[in-house]
Amino acid sequence: MTTTESGLFQVEKEELISGSEAVGIACAMADVDVITAYPIRPYDTVMQYVSRLKADGAFDCDFIVAESEHSQFEIVKHASAVGARTFCGSSGVGWFYAFEAIAVTAGLRLPVVAMVGNRALDDPGAFGVEHNDALAVRDLGWLLYWVATAQEALDMALMAWRIAEDSQCFLPFALSCDGSFLTHSQAIVNVPAQEKVNSFLPAYDRGRLLLHPDNPITIAPQANEDWLMEIRRQSDEAMHQTPAVIKKAYQEFKTIFGRGDPSPFIEEYMTDDADIILVGMGTLALPVKVAVRQMRQEGKKVGFLRVKYFRPFATDEIREALGKCKAVAVIDRDFSLGSPSYGGVLFNDIRSALYPLDDRPNMYNFIAGLGGREVRVRDVNDMVNMVQDALDTGKKELDTTWINVRE
Amino acid sequence: MATVHELPQIRGVKEIPLEEGYTSGHRTCQGCESALVMRLMIKAAGPRTIVVGSTGCMYVANTTYYSTPWVVPWMHTQLGSAGSAAMGTAAGIAAQMRKGKMKDEPINVIAFCGDGGGVDMGLSAISATLQHDEYNLMIICYDNESYANTDIQVSGSSPYGANSTFSPPGKVHRIMNKRWKKNTAPMLSVGHPGLRYVATACASYGLDFTNKIRRALTIGGPTFVHCIDPCPKGWDYDPKYSHELGMLAVETGLWVQYEIIDGGLVLNGTSRSIANGIRSRKPIEEYLMRQGRFAHLVPEDIKLFQDKIDESWEKWWIPGVVPMSPESDGVDDSDE
Repeated sequence: MTTTESGLFQVEKEELISGSEAVGIACAMADVDVITAYPIRPYDTVMQYVSRLKADGAFDCDFIVAESEHSQFEIVKHASAVGARTFCGSSGVGWFYAFEAIAVTAGLRLPVVAMVGNRALDDPGAFGVEHNDALAVRDLGWLLYWVATAQEALDMALMAWRIAEDSQCFLPFALSCDGSFLTHSQAIVNVPAQEKVNSFLPAYDRGRLLLHPDNPITIAPQANEDWLMEIRRQSDEAMHQTPAVIKKAYQEFKTIFGRGDPSPFIEEYMTDDADIILVGMGTLALPVKVAVRQMRQEGKKVGFLRVKYFRPFATDEIREALGKCKAVAVIDRDFSLGSPSYGGVLFNDIRSALYPLDDRPNMYNFIAGLGGREVRVRDVNDMVNMVQDALDTGKKELDTTWINVRE
Repeated sequence: MATVHELPQIRGVKEIPLEEGYTSGHRTCQGCESALVMRLMIKAAGPRTIVVGSTGCMYVANTTYYSTPWVVPWMHTQLGSAGSAAMGTAAGIAAQMRKGKMKDEPINVIAFCGDGGGVDMGLSAISATLQHDEYNLMIICYDNESYANTDIQVSGSSPYGANSTFSPPGKVHRIMNKRWKKNTAPMLSVGHPGLRYVATACASYGLDFTNKIRRALTIGGPTFVHCIDPCPKGWDYDPKYSHELGMLAVETGLWVQYEIIDGGLVLNGTSRSIANGIRSRKPIEEYLMRQGRFAHLVPEDIKLFQDKIDESWEKWWIPGVVPMSPESDGVDDSDE
């Protein structure tokens, strides 16, 4: 019996659930075939939930507890090659333990969907959120999405299979969920009726790339310098095609489910006439929006731009959104030691995207919230004040500033 | 559990299928015994088979882009992933068949790895896969006793003293590799009590080899086959002697041929004759001195080698297979 027939999700309802549970429900509703788990905090809450759904008969899947993250990602990679819909995930150093498998999954254009419960890369030991884990695969051909709410976690999980498994794309999809702030925090979530999911999400069809005795192809032979560059170029073209696939899927999602932002790639909050626009990813959005709203009440022209897709990077939309303001302040929940300006990963990509503009805003960078440290409303106020001072005194550049850190 | 193919045991060489599943297009070395392993393996399995191969000679030398030798569907997997690749393939098929997303039919799943992939890096994933008796799959380790594809480096399956690019005999250290070859097949069999089939094999005995593959694919659940593959490049001998060296490995008692079926041990052919005392073991020197990788050994090294083999046949609990023994701890149990 498939999930579609089980009846658990026949009726639309509201539930108080965590981001991890929301992704778990999406797994069942998407009728995923093979799921692999390995314990590491905080992502593994999704697997605890999935295993319970399976144990209770609400969800039919092959649920495999692997003996390492490397095997976890290898198993779904091969299941995906024979046409199975797949899901796995990890956090922090667990994601790095699987790095080899993660790299080749993208190289093979296999549409594995993974949840990254963002976590610091210990040592020293730390469970809290940092974005460096998922960001490490930014160059490899994974679609990278940062979720802000439990509702978005459910919606984007459904979207992830739809987009990854589109033959125009055939790239793996990583759904980044901030550790604790999203994985373990509950919110009211609208769980749609199964019927709607069915009309949105077609079956995974690997087509002529299916590994099966009826289609005896050889996958991933030695290509070397003779062909590797052409194959890389094909992956690059696939990544070029993803924005159109994402837009179409998002539009259909909004029509069927009745919710969504104007853009699938970015979320703009009070940016229209803003002089200073803060930029960030993930659950950071919540305190930043509160701070922006308060500052607006005080008459400060401040806005916030949330980057949802880090890959593909929405260069045009981000240019459009940021090109007219006086200053952009990027808040990185990550670090890139020794990088240009000793800045964060997001900062340097944003700065690079804005470079071709004739009239560029000033660019400032803040590193905040590492290891799960809370980014408070007053931290956001401090950042805006620093940027305002820089604008007032004509400083085009500030040293990258670490926020709320003991010196 | 998905059904398995009916693959009857083959009674004579003339019954071995003529159809090739591994054909021209590869560029393995002259005398490569591992290539013969691939060829016989897929002859035994037949066309309704998916093969996944981990990094090693049988990946790099076999599957060049645009000239694959594989007639069956074939996919590369990472060096340490033979176990995971087999399980992922089997699980993907099983789930889709159970849910009606794919036609329900028997499909053989084979994952191969070299000794680097099987005995060293991939051991943990193989062990995990062998615990899952709900999946029908076979893992075969083609053991040429070194990382032969990357320039002949010593592995956990290399013999004591063997010359390799990571264990070259030098002016001060004659023996650089002081490890003894892992006893992999019994380790996996003893360590996974639910495992229904484990075998050692050697392509020098083609019929025996082919039938072992068929037994591994038809018994149900995960299975493991470990074969020794003489390697002209890594062992340093004239390619025409590959078959003879495989036989010598068995005749000297260094490599023991057996199957463990549902926990029952069956010694095969020459190994069985040695165990029964019908045939005496040839001196190991005959085997070692045919190979350049042992050319630097002195008589005391060869004696050490011979002593080890003698010990395995004379002192082990199960001669040639299981090295522990039920020795008395000196406590008198007679009253219990």
